[in-house]
Amino acid sequence: MKILVCISNVPDTTSKINFTDGDTKFDTNGVQFVINPNDEFGLTRAMWFKEKQGASVHVATVGGPSVEPTMRKALAIGADEAIRVNTEPVDGFFVAQQLAEVIKNGGYDLVICGRESIDYNGGMVPGMIATFLDMNFVNTCVSLDIEGTSATAIREIDGGKETLNTTLPLVIGGQKGLVEESDLRIPNMRGIMQARQKKLSVLEPVSATKTTEDLSFDKPAPKGAVKLVATVDELVTLLHNEAKVI
Amino acid sequence: MSVLVYTESENGKFKKSAFEVASYAAEVAKQLGTSATAVSFNAKENDTLGEYGVSKVMNIANDSLKTFNAKAYAKAIAQAAKQEGATTIIVSSSADTKYMAPILAATLAAGYVPNVVAAPESTSPFTVKRTAFSNKSFAHTQMHTDNKVIGVSNNAFGIRENKTDVAVEDFSVSLDDSAFSTKSVEIDKVIGKATIADAEIVVSAGRGLKGPENWGMIEELANILGAATACSKPVSDLGWRPHGEHVGQTGKPVASNLYIAIGISGAIQHLAGVSSSKTKVVINTDPEAPFFKAADYGIVGDAFEVVPALIEKLKEFKAQNA
Repeated sequence: MKILVCISNVPDTTSKINFTDGDTKFDTNGVQFVINPNDEFGLTRAMWFKEKQGASVHVATVGGPSVEPTMRKALAIGADEAIRVNTEPVDGFFVAQQLAEVIKNGGYDLVICGRESIDYNGGMVPGMIATFLDMNFVNTCVSLDIEGTSATAIREIDGGKETLNTTLPLVIGGQKGLVEESDLRIPNMRGIMQARQKKLSVLEPVSATKTTEDLSFDKPAPKGAVKLVATVDELVTLLHNEAKVI
Repeated sequence: MSVLVYTESENGKFKKSAFEVASYAAEVAKQLGTSATAVSFNAKENDTLGEYGVSKVMNIANDSLKTFNAKAYAKAIAQAAKQEGATTIIVSSSADTKYMAPILAATLAAGYVPNVVAAPESTSPFTVKRTAFSNKSFAHTQMHTDNKVIGVSNNAFGIRENKTDVAVEDFSVSLDDSAFSTKSVEIDKVIGKATIADAEIVVSAGRGLKGPENWGMIEELANILGAATACSKPVSDLGWRPHGEHVGQTGKPVASNLYIAIGISGAIQHLAGVSSSKTKVVINTDPEAPFFKAADYGIVGDAFEVVPALIEKLKEFKAQNA
C-alpha cells in the first residue's frame, strides 16, 4: 500500500496572531511553525500502517523553501520520502489541484490529510482532492482500518459517530482519534540523522485556478473586563436580565 | 439565477441551522436582486422556510438519500443548482455539510469560503468576512469564480424572520451507484441530547474537576439548562471524557449563546475555540486563571461548592419561569 500524507506548515498553536503590510499578510516574525496537528495524527496513523502492514509512506506539501524544516521533521518521524510543490499556497482549491497532480503521478492508494489546517481553517483540501481524482472520501475521520482494498472508517458527526465502509483508493480528512495524543512521536536523534539522507523532491507547480483571495485581516475587538460576582443568585440574575441567555 | 441554499433536516425535521442559512440566503438574494431557493432532502414542512425569506423549495424525496451521504448529496445539490441556474450556494457549518461542501465546490469548479460570519461586504466584487487562525482573527475574502459556495458559521448571522410566499416542488435527481461508493453502516448518536454544534448553551469542564467520577454535577447542570456538555483538551487526552467533547483549536469550535467553563484555566488554544460564543461564564478557584480575561462573568470559587449551588438556584429559577 502506498500512502501519501499531506502536510500543512502552520503556526504553533500557542502563536500570537498578528498581521503586517497593512494587515494583508500574516506576520511570521517570531512564529514557530509546526506540522498541522490534524496532519500529525494522520502521519502517526500512517506510521502504524507502515510498521504493521508494510505500507510505504510519502509526505507532500505545497510551499516555498521555508517549509522544508517541517518536512524534515515528518521524515524524522518516519516517512520514507518527501515532496514539496514549489509555490506559495494561494487557497484550498489551488492546494488541492497541486496535490491532486502529485497523487495522480504517484499512484497512491491512501491519501491522509488533516480535516483542516489550524491557520486558514478551510477544511476543503481532502474533499476536493477526492473529487478531482474520483477517489472515495471520509472526513473528520477518527478511526481507519484497511484490509486489502476494503476500508472501514469511523467519522465524527455532530453528537456522535458514524461507521462507513468504502474501498481504496481513498482520501481521509483525519483528526485526533486516528491515534491518541500520547501516540504522537517526538523525533529521536537517529530519526533526525536519517531524515537528512532521505529524498525530498521539489516539483514545479501545475497551472491552477485561484478561486479566492484574502484581501485583509483584522482581529476581534478586545473584550471588556469580566464582571466578577460573589453568589450564584447574582449570576443567574445577570444571565437572565442582562445577557438574556437563560 | 436564484441563490440556492441547502437546508439540512434530520428525520424530516429542519435543523435550527437550516433557518439560519435560509435567512442568510434571503439576504444575499436581496443584495443580488434575486430570490432564494432552498434544496432539502426528504423534509417535511418545507413551507416553514418561507418564514425566513425562501420563495421556492426543491424537495428531493428519495429513499436512497434518507441517510446522509456526502458524495450523493453533493451531486444532488449540484443538479439542483444547474436546474435552477444558481451560481451562489449557501450552506451551514455542520459536520455533515463541512464533509459535503468541498465535494460540491470541486464538482462545480466553485470557490468555497467556509466560516463566514456576516452578510457579504460587497457583491461586486464578491467579498465575505470569515474567521481565520482558529477564531483568533477575521479575513476579508474575495471570491473570483462565477460559482460560489459560502459556508455560514453557526449562530453568527442569526435567524431572521422575513415572511415570503413559498412554492414547494418535488425535485428528482439521477444518481448512479458511484455516488454511494462510501456507505454508512452504523450511526452511534444519542437522540434528543443537545450537541456542541447546535446547542444554545454549552457547559464545559476541565482538570479542575479532579476526575471523571465528578462529572455527574456537570451533566446535571447541562440537563437543567438543555445544554451540551464539553471539556478541555487535557480532560479528553486523559480519557476522562470522549474526544467528541473536546473544544478548542484542535477540537470543536463553540459558537453558543452561553458558554460556562468550570475548572478550565483558559489556555490560548481553548480560548480560540470558544471565542465565537456570545456570553462566557467562568468558574475557577484561581483568580489569576487566564480565562477570566476572556470572560463576561466570573465566580472565583471552588467548583464543588459553586456548581451544586448553581444547580439549586437554576432549579428554582426554572420553576418560577416555567
